[in-house]
Amino acid sequence: MDEPLNLVLFSGTDDKLQAAAILTAGAAALGRPVNVFLQYWALDAFRADRIDADHGLAPEAGTAGRTAVDALRKAGQASWAETLRQAKDIGSVDIQACSLSMDLLGIDETALDPIVDGVEGVTAFHISAGNGQIVFI
Amino acid sequence: MIETAATTAGTAITRTIDARGSYCPGPLMELIRAIREGQVGDVLAVRSTDGGSRVDIPKWIEKAGHRLVALETRDGFDEIVVEKVR
Repeated sequence: MDEPLNLVLFSGTDDKLQAAAILTAGAAALGRPVNVFLQYWALDAFRADRIDADHGLAPEAGTAGRTAVDALRKAGQASWAETLRQAKDIGSVDIQACSLSMDLLGIDETALDPIVDGVEGVTAFHISAGNGQIVFI
Repeated sequence: MIETAATTAGTAITRTIDARGSYCPGPLMELIRAIREGQVGDVLAVRSTDGGSRVDIPKWIEKAGHRLVALETRDGFDEIVVEKVR
């Protein structure tokens, strides 16, 4: 149970990031450590200047999905970024940017939101992951 | 919002967390924060309109080693009362 939960975030749409943030918060609530590894389009969403921007939804959301997501947000649902901040506040959540994706996107570490703890390679992520499951979103 | 009140069972509540309008897992996270800030023996009530709370919060209370004092369904929301044991 104390093996960490390890999430690889690849998709950068708000719905998938929200789902990942909620999974993270649940594990943090139980005292289970969480390692989050940001790759590709998910990493792009963690830029400081656009973390609170609209990152769109997965294609399967469609128009009805967009309406439903907007309604929940308007009703006061916390953003995924806020949910991750809360999860970090109550538990052990380490968020690392994939160094290869940093190069791919041409991002400097200073451009990332402070919610990101650092930049590392895939090997360091696997070492942190230990024998815990790795979930790819 | 923090207020002082008493349950219908008569247990003195140290603090009430009004998490109504907050979505899963917001109410639990607010409760965890309040428990961390409180003292052993404190009795905390959390109010939630999120349907998951009445399932999740008692399970969390058991796992975290605290004591579920009451789970009441009120007018449009649930109130879960917990004693901080450790």
